[in-house]
Amino acid sequence: MARKPEKKETQVETTGHEWDGIEELNTPLPRWWLWTFYATIIWAIGYTIAYPAWPLISGATEGMLGYSSRADVAADIAAVDAENAPLNDTLNGLDLTEMVGHPEVGDYAFNGGKAVFQTFCIQCHGAGGQGNTGYPTLIDNDWLWGGDIENIYLTIAHGVRAEEDFDTRYSEMPAFGDILLDEEIAAAAQYVLSLSGKETDASLVADGQIVFMDNCAACHMDDGTGDQTLGAPNLTDAIWLYGDSLDAVTETIVNARFGVMPAWSAEGRLTEAQIRQVAVYVHQLGGGE
Amino acid sequence: MWNGVKVIVLALVVLFAALAANFGRDAAYQFHAILFAVAAAYLLIRTIKGIGEPVKEKPTGYMDDVVRAGVIATAFWGVAGFLVGVWIAFELAFPALNLGNQSWINIEPFANFGRLRPLHTSAVIFAFGGNALIATSFYIVQRTSATRLFGGNAAWFVFWGYQFFIVLAATGYLLGVTQSKEYAEPEWYIDIWLTIVWVVYLIVFLGTIFKRKEPHIYVANWFFLSFIVTIAMLHLVNNMAVPVSFLGSKSVQLFSGVQDALTQWWYGHNAVGFFLTAGFLGMMYYFVPKQAERPVYSYKLSIIHFWALIFLYIWAGPHHLHYTALPDWAQTLGMVFSVMLWMPSWGGMINGLMTLSGAWDKLRTDPILRMMVVSVGFYGMSTFEGPMMSIKAVNSLSHYTDWTIGHVHSGALGWNGMITFGALYFLTPRLWNRERLYSLRLVNWHFWLATIGIVLYASSMWVTGIMEGLMWREVDDQGFLVNAFADTTAAKLPMYVVRGTGGILYLAGALIMCFNLWKTAVGAGQPRGSMSAVPAE
Repeated sequence: MARKPEKKETQVETTGHEWDGIEELNTPLPRWWLWTFYATIIWAIGYTIAYPAWPLISGATEGMLGYSSRADVAADIAAVDAENAPLNDTLNGLDLTEMVGHPEVGDYAFNGGKAVFQTFCIQCHGAGGQGNTGYPTLIDNDWLWGGDIENIYLTIAHGVRAEEDFDTRYSEMPAFGDILLDEEIAAAAQYVLSLSGKETDASLVADGQIVFMDNCAACHMDDGTGDQTLGAPNLTDAIWLYGDSLDAVTETIVNARFGVMPAWSAEGRLTEAQIRQVAVYVHQLGGGE
Repeated sequence: MWNGVKVIVLALVVLFAALAANFGRDAAYQFHAILFAVAAAYLLIRTIKGIGEPVKEKPTGYMDDVVRAGVIATAFWGVAGFLVGVWIAFELAFPALNLGNQSWINIEPFANFGRLRPLHTSAVIFAFGGNALIATSFYIVQRTSATRLFGGNAAWFVFWGYQFFIVLAATGYLLGVTQSKEYAEPEWYIDIWLTIVWVVYLIVFLGTIFKRKEPHIYVANWFFLSFIVTIAMLHLVNNMAVPVSFLGSKSVQLFSGVQDALTQWWYGHNAVGFFLTAGFLGMMYYFVPKQAERPVYSYKLSIIHFWALIFLYIWAGPHHLHYTALPDWAQTLGMVFSVMLWMPSWGGMINGLMTLSGAWDKLRTDPILRMMVVSVGFYGMSTFEGPMMSIKAVNSLSHYTDWTIGHVHSGALGWNGMITFGALYFLTPRLWNRERLYSLRLVNWHFWLATIGIVLYASSMWVTGIMEGLMWREVDDQGFLVNAFADTTAAKLPMYVVRGTGGILYLAGALIMCFNLWKTAVGAGQPRGSMSAVPAE
């Protein structure tokens, strides 16, 4: 650290001031620096003449080019809309059952549906439609409200238990915790698990069957296969929306579930064409009937 | 008399803080009230004990104790901030590190990215950077004014008051206290406390300049003063809020909607401009000529670029809000002022680099000078990248992407970090009266670890930033978006690991620095007797 300062000769003089050993040279401004600075200022002035820039009492200068970012976006959207309008008209005019694989608009609907799905659906149903606890998987053959194109369309358009839509899919399982005794619930849970062949406490299954027939079979059917018109799940397959543990099934029986999906036709969320597109996409994810 | 007033004021603070702790409406507020009460009670007891003791003689000479404390605090908060940064970098790559709902641990929500991220940004900007600025400004203003700090123990109040602010802010983030404004997260009572500390800082700094024994004010002090004054203004305007209750942490912003957004980014951008640019240029203007032992390149350039910088910077904030609800005219002005800012920013770089003319050979032998020069280089790169990214056409690709994160980190790690490390290496031997640093080899290690870390960080963020920008805007020939957001996050994973690795290298360098500074301070590796007995490095 204790180097001696090097005394190299410089062309420029110092200002003559000194602070704690620091001096300053009186070098003129580098020309390239100054001219680049001037150039950016001139460019800035030109730009503010061309584009909206200077605030006035009310509003601002509009600029010579008449540019507006909102108008730009609106024009972009209008151009795409105009381009796709004939295809959307064709799609909207089809019978729902004609849409999948339609020679003219089938691919169009699938691609559009994918974009809609990736924007609005993957938050719950997953990027591949694989679902999540409480959110049905869309790639298997198990459907709560029906898996043909018409039912998929209706579910998307009107949602499930969606307050905002009068035509929504609606059903409500009672919270049996207030209705049945604890031992009845425990037995019913064992019986429900036995329906899909899970290992259970055999001593409770018989009692559970009685509870099931008295309380559950009305919606889930005597054989436990469920009823899609009521959104009552099939209990005999190995697919579980809320998990296949004894705890999860007991929780469902005691407190019931109330899964909600938004009605995508309500409040201008999606257009008719977009709903048809995403219905086609979901139908083709693997489980469409 | 003075002690009497102090006792009464402190006793009142203890009383009110205790009441606030008792009646507070939320746990975080109560916790902070307890901190206030404990701090005030400690000072109260100290004051009462001190009554009747003989008055000490007024110390003379430079006030370096507080600078020493500042050096220690800077190193400590630096490591803390880098560590949290590395952690959250890996949280983005491996979400299990949020430590919530895992089979082996669940401390939700305390390690959530949302809470640790402001902890990281505030720790590195305000705790590490802020302490570096306060410490170096106190050191420099005394040397370049040839006088002791003004205001006696007020400088100590600034130091401890600022540490207290950091503790309040950091614990608040962990407990969920935030007003959700980037870089201005602390709530109203913490803001008020910082205002008090900052005004005292201004008084100490200005007072020292007023009683200077040099005829002129050195350029470093212009930058420090503009930093202190502007930060005070930004802090006051951006934090105008009405507390929901004086007994609770929550407050409601005075502005709303796009007005609030513009105020926030006027603040946010000038926090970069005046905290991380002007303040650190003050450091640069002292330490580079001192370490190079050369005169500053151009006095004229320093005047012109100083005034151009502080005039132009203050208008550039709207470029953070391109393509938003902000009116087009404000976006245009934000952009053109940012582009005009390019050369004024580079004025500092030219003055820093050209000060080395006639001393370039020192870069071979002096790793501290090399650190400072690389720092100025990163400053030049970031201040070119910034104006470029503010151009709307570029911004439409870069906005909301990791490119922005890479940009701020090449500035923060490269410019602010490296110049601070250089300053700490410069200060420590001088403040602890050592002939030299413990080891220049370790400085060299630090230099390379940090430089490689920054390169990994910046380049990985360029890759992910441009990639996700392109993925977001990708549409097929029918105008449909091709990628889901989740597709972009999946694509970014490898680069996130690279980024985190860069962070580890940078942190490792800082730990080596702490070891080196510690050894220097305790006097290890110092030459015995005359210098000639020890071979040169």
